[in-house]
Amino acid sequence: MDWDLKEELRDCLVAAAPYGGPIALLRNPWRKEKAASVRPMLEIYSASGVPLVSLLWKSGPVVSMGWSAEEELLCVQEDGAVLVYGLHGDFRRHFSMGNEVLQNRVLDARIFHTELGSGVAILTGAHRFTLSANVGDLKLRRMPEVPGALTKLRFVLDEDSYLVPELDGVRIFSRNTHEFLHEVPVTSEEIFKIASMAPGALLLEAQKEYEKESQKADEYLREIQELGQLTQAVQQCIEAAGHEHRPDMQKSLLRAASFGKCFLDRFPPDSFVRMCQDLRVLNAIRDYHIGIPLTYSQLVLRRLYPLAIQICEYLRLPEVQQKDVSDEDVARAINQKLGDTPGVSYSDIAARAYGCGRTELAIKLLEYEPRSGEQVPLLLKMKRSKLALSKAIESGDTDLVFTVLLHLKNELNRGDFFMTLRNQPMALSLYRQFCKHQELETLKDLYNQDDNHQELGSFHLRASYAAEERIEGRVAALQIAADAFYKAKNEFAAKATEDQMRLLRLQRRLEDELGGQFLDLSLHDTVTTLIVGGHNKRAEQLSRDFRIPDKRLWWLKLTALADLEDWEELEKFSKSKKSPIGYLPFVEICMKQHNKYEAKKYASRVGPEQKVKALLLVGDVAQAADVAIEHRSEAELSLVLSHCTGASDGATADKIQRARTQAQKK
Amino acid sequence: MAAHLSYGRVNLNVLREAVRRELREFLDKCAGSKAIVWDEYLTGPFGLIAQYSLLKEHEVEKMFTLKGSRLPPADVKNIIFFVRPRLELMDIIAENVLSEDRRGPTRDFHILFVPRRSLLCEQRLKDLGVLGSFIHREEYSLDLIPFDGDLLSMESEGAFKDCYLEGDQTSLYHAAKGMMTLQALYGTIPQIFGKGECARQVANMMIRMKREFTGSQNSIFPVFDNLLLIDRNVDLLTPLATQLTYEGLIDEIYGIQNSYVKLPPEKFAPKKQGDGGKELPTEAKKLQLNSAEELYAEIRDKNFNAVGSVLSKKAKIISAAFEERHNAKTVGEIKQFVSQLPHMQAARGSLANHTSIAELIKDVTTSEDFFDKLTVEQEFMSGIDTDKVNNYIEDCIAQKHPLIKVLRLVCLQSVCNSGLKQKVLDYYKREILQTYGYEHILTLHNLEKAGLLKPQTGARNSYPTIRKTLRLWMDDVNEQNPTDISYVYSGYAPLSVRLAQLLSRPGWRSIEEVLRILPGPHFEERQPLPTGLQKKRQPGENRVTLIFFLGGVTFAEIAALRFLSQLEDGGTEYVIATTKLMNGTSWIEALMEKPF
Repeated sequence: MDWDLKEELRDCLVAAAPYGGPIALLRNPWRKEKAASVRPMLEIYSASGVPLVSLLWKSGPVVSMGWSAEEELLCVQEDGAVLVYGLHGDFRRHFSMGNEVLQNRVLDARIFHTELGSGVAILTGAHRFTLSANVGDLKLRRMPEVPGALTKLRFVLDEDSYLVPELDGVRIFSRNTHEFLHEVPVTSEEIFKIASMAPGALLLEAQKEYEKESQKADEYLREIQELGQLTQAVQQCIEAAGHEHRPDMQKSLLRAASFGKCFLDRFPPDSFVRMCQDLRVLNAIRDYHIGIPLTYSQLVLRRLYPLAIQICEYLRLPEVQQKDVSDEDVARAINQKLGDTPGVSYSDIAARAYGCGRTELAIKLLEYEPRSGEQVPLLLKMKRSKLALSKAIESGDTDLVFTVLLHLKNELNRGDFFMTLRNQPMALSLYRQFCKHQELETLKDLYNQDDNHQELGSFHLRASYAAEERIEGRVAALQIAADAFYKAKNEFAAKATEDQMRLLRLQRRLEDELGGQFLDLSLHDTVTTLIVGGHNKRAEQLSRDFRIPDKRLWWLKLTALADLEDWEELEKFSKSKKSPIGYLPFVEICMKQHNKYEAKKYASRVGPEQKVKALLLVGDVAQAADVAIEHRSEAELSLVLSHCTGASDGATADKIQRARTQAQKK
Repeated sequence: MAAHLSYGRVNLNVLREAVRRELREFLDKCAGSKAIVWDEYLTGPFGLIAQYSLLKEHEVEKMFTLKGSRLPPADVKNIIFFVRPRLELMDIIAENVLSEDRRGPTRDFHILFVPRRSLLCEQRLKDLGVLGSFIHREEYSLDLIPFDGDLLSMESEGAFKDCYLEGDQTSLYHAAKGMMTLQALYGTIPQIFGKGECARQVANMMIRMKREFTGSQNSIFPVFDNLLLIDRNVDLLTPLATQLTYEGLIDEIYGIQNSYVKLPPEKFAPKKQGDGGKELPTEAKKLQLNSAEELYAEIRDKNFNAVGSVLSKKAKIISAAFEERHNAKTVGEIKQFVSQLPHMQAARGSLANHTSIAELIKDVTTSEDFFDKLTVEQEFMSGIDTDKVNNYIEDCIAQKHPLIKVLRLVCLQSVCNSGLKQKVLDYYKREILQTYGYEHILTLHNLEKAGLLKPQTGARNSYPTIRKTLRLWMDDVNEQNPTDISYVYSGYAPLSVRLAQLLSRPGWRSIEEVLRILPGPHFEERQPLPTGLQKKRQPGENRVTLIFFLGGVTFAEIAALRFLSQLEDGGTEYVIATTKLMNGTSWIEALMEKPF
């Protein structure tokens, strides 16, 4: 032990924190010095006896001390007041254990730990218990009953010593030493027992021989393998390494494990890897200067969480004194100590730093937090919304981004909010999505801010359909859209939108003048409706105004007239000039209406390229064959042949076959 | 239960069981009788995970569809909402809760968010004053749903549109989460390859998430050797072409939804049923299509032209098997015959169904218009006349063929020409607007934004280079006994699958130049494994590649990948994952905008 005690331990109040934590001493307790002429000293040491702090006790007489799970020192005074100090002797707060305690004074007190946290139990002068199960959330409970006899255990040691219960053993410290007494774990016993034949022991032996380049290594190994216990042997060595405090012993056990692993085909490596990592942490903190002698079982139970706090607090120590050390350096130092150790929560450490008013340090620490779900809410709490936004974006979690966005929206004025969005394209598009469904007006403002005329155009286009009922309103919305498209240099869209306005107005007029339904028909359908209604002149006019290409107009008329079954008009139309779409469509459409008679009229006018097809359509297989033979087209010949299905087509089929053989001869 | 999921190289039943367990655990949390109120979109995908019987075992007595106003009466203790995290759904839920009859017995409310809980939605519920009414608010991370032994889908309809039109990458986040779930069950995937912007994003998120999970070291031996992430954006061409495999054509013509297809009932009328046969059934025939059905597994990925011969061969085998009964003389033989009867009858039923489906498809594929359309598609894909207005497309517009068909063709031409000449593009657009209505300008804008339709910008047409280097067009295609993946489109080899094939052998280094032409970065990431988990591959053992299509995949592409898996010297077997099973029609439809 490094400490230099002036007093005997028995003259002090002693409190040692569990999990190898610090030790607090309060010298000159009041029960010794009847008249408190000298103010006592409160001293806190690390487990290796390095002094952390010492301060003059200025409050009332203390009956008992103890450490909470958060490593706060609780000092219970005679009057029932409990004073809370931090690891470095900083006063945190105080609370009272109630009136009953105040009146009857404290006879004895104990600090205890439960799942809820740390509690205080007090035995008052009236032999009644008062307790609070969690000092963080104070609720006093009084127990009516008076206790019976107490059982005591006593150890006799060389010097005055003090015992600290740990979950797997007992720590004994005195003026000079600090020892740990515990039951030897089964695995360690099996390996190190004299003449042990446990697989782990054999493996350790084998490895030692191997290093000596002795062939005995092979013998040992064979023995284990013959028993089929190699896996078990490796596991034993790994586990035993965890129970060793001396690094050299750890090393040789791990080396043995690693040696054994080479002979195993599929041994999951994680237990080995984790043990190495854990031991590194343990060895680091057991280091004399840090002095937290944790055992492996304790480490496992703690899930490393308090460790993180301790390391954090340890590292803050130099920084409190030296103001010139930047937050960044501290954060980096903490990161170097912890690395990416599984289970270390940087956000927890950061939350604690923030709780101590070290916001900048907390932010720097959060840089190391990989879980954005933890990182972002804390940043929001610290009012670092913009940083929270970029972190949320980095994570890809869009829900998180939305959450920050809505937060920002309430926090910032509209202008600033929009500017923030402008610099974050991903957030901006998400917010646009949100507005599309929730706040259409804001969407428009966003496009306006970015001078996004193309999208503004589309926006007003949509509005003309969705929001406007009256023609005037629709046309007005379209006009805004067209203007926006011009600004976007999208001339095509602008022109199309103007055409649409023109069409709408026209349709309105048609409805007024002709009756019937025209609004919202396409241009094509409007013309068709006019033809079907017999308004050929207007149809012509419309198609000229909108420059409908000739080819499509022919298709349009053809379809409309065939639908009307106005065969006379169709024929007149077909002769109005040379058809730009040929005459096959005429044949097809007549056949579709089951009018073979009309179809045949047009079949004769079909050009040579499609003649065969047309003839087949009207069912004239024989003539189709003649044309195909004349064309000497193999494709056409087989097409006709595939149509020779009727009984009367036999002759035609033969004719084609003859033509084919003749063609092949040539 | 779902045996077909365990046929493949990777047992996907493990995933299905894991998600079923999670569902049961949630249901058991809400003790007592329950009613489920469904977000309608979820019922299809859920059907693949849990049938009603599972829900019933856990005291689900009633099921409703989520809609406004008051909930239908149900004498149950718990009301559970199964919903996607969407604000508009939260409004409906709040309406349900607020209009709950206070005089009636009190019921407990719960919400199960699929696939993820959302702070945004919870905030909305809070604003509406109902958040406190819910006892359990949990998430059910159903990201990837097993469809078949080698197929997983997120069935997220809007994934492509959200990513490329709206800049909303929520679906990518879900995809990355899904990959983490998969890795938790099947081990860390040691190598990640990718091509495309979204692929890069997903890989980044995966790497980030892995860091978040450092607490729990994954000690499962990896089942997958590598992961290939492919953006739909990298290959816009393939879905536009008409799929020519059996399954692909069923999807093109009738649409397969959550592995079910609805068919016109006439062809399935019961035959030889005397007078009863007169009345034709009016309700659509609903069939489930997956590899649990032996015959379907055999023919689904064949070129349709090769299906007929398989069906007739099967017909002969089955009738021969039924004839066997005449040869059965001894009691033992008869017993043996009878024991095989159920299997034979199932096979006969299956054969009858598929013969009917094949007839339905044949009616379409032998039509002249189908032939003309296919001819034009194939011309474009092989690089013929892609730079001028196409007659057939013009005629389709003039005859007002379905708009989606026209859009598919115009987009195909645009993609095969690296964009259309401004004049050609404007002509098509004008024709479309005049014929189908000016409102479709919004749809056209969407297609342009997604890159499916674009003006050619300065640079020369790069498609021929891509086509030649990747051998996308094969003239000598064998539809019956294919030797190359191009059989799935009768000549065109899907670009996406070619990329996968070339990655596996000889590696992407050989096609660096083309990869640079295709949009988005290509990359490789390694996820280090502890030495003990590194795989010692047996000689001749194939690698397993998980290929994830971000933005959707077609059945023809799946067929092509299965073809590669089955190659004897292929060296790689594929498991396919996607955001959505889709085809050109459903794809374009999702990009369309109908303002009224």
